[in-house]
Amino acid sequence: MNALRKLVDNAKPAFSKGGKLEKLHWVFDGLETFLFTPGHATEKGSHVRDAMDLKRTMSVVITAMLPCLLFGMWNVGHQHYLAIGEFTALGEGFWEKFLFGAIKVLPIVVVSYGVGLGIEFLFCSIKGHAIHEGYLVTGMLIPLIMPVDVPLWMVAVGSAFAVVIGKEVFGGTGMNVVNIALTARAFLFFAYPTMLSGDKVWVNTSLAEGQTLVDGFSGATSMGHAASGNMAGVVPLMDSFWGFEAGSIGETSTFACLIGAAILIFTGIGSWRIMLSVVLGGAFMAGIFNLVGPSVGNAYMQIPVLHQLVLGGFMFGLVFMATDPVTASQTSSGKWIYGFLIGLLAILIRVVNPAYPEGMMLAILFMNVMAPTIDHYVVQSNIKRRMKRAALRTA
Amino acid sequence: MSKTIRIRKGLDIRLKGEAEKVVVQAPEPQVAVVKPTDFHGVVPKVVVKPGDEVKAGSPLFVDKYNERILFTSPVSGEVAEVVRGEKRRVLEVRVLADKQIRFEDHGAGDPAAMNRETIIQKLLRSGCWPFIRQRPFDLVADPAQEPKAIFVSAFDSAPLAPDMDLVVRNQGEDLQLGLAALSRLTKGRVHLNVSAQTTAREFLDAKGVQHNVFSGPHPAGNVGVQIHHIDPIDKGDVVWVVGAQDVIIIGRLFRTGHFDAERTVSLAGSAARNPKYVRVRVGAPIQDIAGEVGSGVRVVSGNALTGTNVGANGHLGFYDQQVTLLPEGDKPKFFLTDGWASPGLNHFSASHAYPTWLLPGRKYELDTNQNGEERAFVMSGQYEEVFPFDIYPVHLLKAILAGDIEQMEQLGLYEVAPEDFALCEFVCTSKINCQDIVRSGLDMLKKETT
Repeated sequence: MNALRKLVDNAKPAFSKGGKLEKLHWVFDGLETFLFTPGHATEKGSHVRDAMDLKRTMSVVITAMLPCLLFGMWNVGHQHYLAIGEFTALGEGFWEKFLFGAIKVLPIVVVSYGVGLGIEFLFCSIKGHAIHEGYLVTGMLIPLIMPVDVPLWMVAVGSAFAVVIGKEVFGGTGMNVVNIALTARAFLFFAYPTMLSGDKVWVNTSLAEGQTLVDGFSGATSMGHAASGNMAGVVPLMDSFWGFEAGSIGETSTFACLIGAAILIFTGIGSWRIMLSVVLGGAFMAGIFNLVGPSVGNAYMQIPVLHQLVLGGFMFGLVFMATDPVTASQTSSGKWIYGFLIGLLAILIRVVNPAYPEGMMLAILFMNVMAPTIDHYVVQSNIKRRMKRAALRTA
Repeated sequence: MSKTIRIRKGLDIRLKGEAEKVVVQAPEPQVAVVKPTDFHGVVPKVVVKPGDEVKAGSPLFVDKYNERILFTSPVSGEVAEVVRGEKRRVLEVRVLADKQIRFEDHGAGDPAAMNRETIIQKLLRSGCWPFIRQRPFDLVADPAQEPKAIFVSAFDSAPLAPDMDLVVRNQGEDLQLGLAALSRLTKGRVHLNVSAQTTAREFLDAKGVQHNVFSGPHPAGNVGVQIHHIDPIDKGDVVWVVGAQDVIIIGRLFRTGHFDAERTVSLAGSAARNPKYVRVRVGAPIQDIAGEVGSGVRVVSGNALTGTNVGANGHLGFYDQQVTLLPEGDKPKFFLTDGWASPGLNHFSASHAYPTWLLPGRKYELDTNQNGEERAFVMSGQYEEVFPFDIYPVHLLKAILAGDIEQMEQLGLYEVAPEDFALCEFVCTSKINCQDIVRSGLDMLKKETT
């Protein structure tokens, strides 16, 4: 550790003003502050400070996403082997499935981090400000919401778009309007719709010699089936809860998402208000559909409430994306409204809009944009209360 | 007795080094210092020269924009030096003290028998006036105004703060005289806000005041929080606030006619070798309180959240009743053993991201490291947990940063002082200096509205 400190201190002059590698100063600074919390003492005000900083915050969020990532790797393999009819039982071929998935997923993670951080480093060096931690989480979120068959160049383009247009143009971490990872996904979704939706991309069906797809194989997700009226294709509730279904890499397992939610709520980093209100909003909308479904004759509407909530990206979105503190509502009452409407809209879009079999992404993006308006009205009511108090006293 | 007002939001930072409940009398100081920088917004006009003889209670400087307000010497002796900083700004007026203190006689008398103007005159001439501060703006009160009420907080909830029950012992008479004087200054009430735990008869039996009882974590003892819960400040309101020990000094003025600015100060903090209580005069050298302080120690006059870094050769601030010694945190911390990725078994955090929140009774040795770099606002809802006001703190800070006067007014800036944001600053993940921002907002608002 002391040796490492010495190494950093020796390297420092080259990266400081007037040094040979002056241009890389902020990259160096980013790495140095990663290794060592700076010996920066307070000057006035609060002389002591909480041990919490943004690096700790982000590392907790990444930890919370690990169950989704690890399960996602296994599930990618599991879905692949199901498609070719090998190791069809859950317990069979654990390591084969996991390795297969890891080989598919890790390159996507590497590309996402590589491209995103590369652009971030470039921007920080040009604009001369410190590298902020925001992308550490975004870089992990992007792979988790991609289909496994997404080409790597597309991940690169999506990450680049998200970092530049989603974040840097607004001023960097903390300044963005919409969730950055969802910006990447939305961009790819609308730019290359065939690669981000449909029934060809969710399960990797690359065949080795001697392998064939099983009869009647369909790569569609449960929601793809439901949207086309094939209710038999929707996986049962418990399979969906554990995540044994096709879908984006990290989103399928409600169980893994709940582990993440527990970590975020336990540490106080994710807002339980938002998580709970998204569930309530989704359950409310699904409940209404259950009531009117039979009379309309729409089978999708009749999926039970609980089943709706564990399908697709609903849980993943509510745990990791709706709770993004920068783009969510910032007031406590605002969070309830914001979350409720996300849940409501997600189910509404999912069930009613034929063009989008999954509604979570659009619901969150839409409410990201609306969040400042919600906060505005919450804050206005606080202001009105204060004005009223003043008026009462002068009267 | 009125019912207890429970403050639910807040945070008690459990620091090591609480003062032992022993009161030691410090020797008369050899040098005393009055610092114009203790009085925000006061532009000093120095009325003495080096070599002048002064008594305790003789003026050293006045407020240039309100020359009725005198700032007097806490000791008698010879003016040694007027220390100036950049742009000739006066930083300190130093007085070499006599062995035997001589007091200026401002005349004793029963405040109940005096009219408002006489009392104000006496407070102004003796140098007791600056103990009275006003809200909004957190400045020395303007004697030309009349407040709607006066608030005295009879307990201090800040980390390692002195136990006011101990401090007030045997000073009941002066406290009562001081409160009587204050009650002549307003047509409204004088509020004496006590802690639910207090057993001091001096506070509980005080007459002629409205008693209010508070419980809960810090900042329950902050007078701003108390005002907010009793009688909040609206635009156009003025209230005055006085520290409980300063009420006692004011009472002493009426009993003896002297500006006898002696306080019981707690010496605390993990770097304090012998934490205890010390009776000492305002402006006395820190050495009289803490003895010799080694290197690598931050000497704070005041508490760890709002105090001033005065250095080992500094002096006790005009309003401070605490000296906190903290280890300096100017060394880098390796991320795995001591930094952001460490298990953090020695780290205190209001968040639950470090496991130590599972150990509720444990005390911590915090250093002055900022523990991270400054960032834009990222987290939400964090300040609200430690900010017991019906105010949106982040929105208010953003209004100040944007320089939007109207928003600042509407969002409640009149109700707060920088110290009310101290805990927000402590817990902030993004390490934003909230107190500085609030102060600049108050300055802007003051400039705009007067």
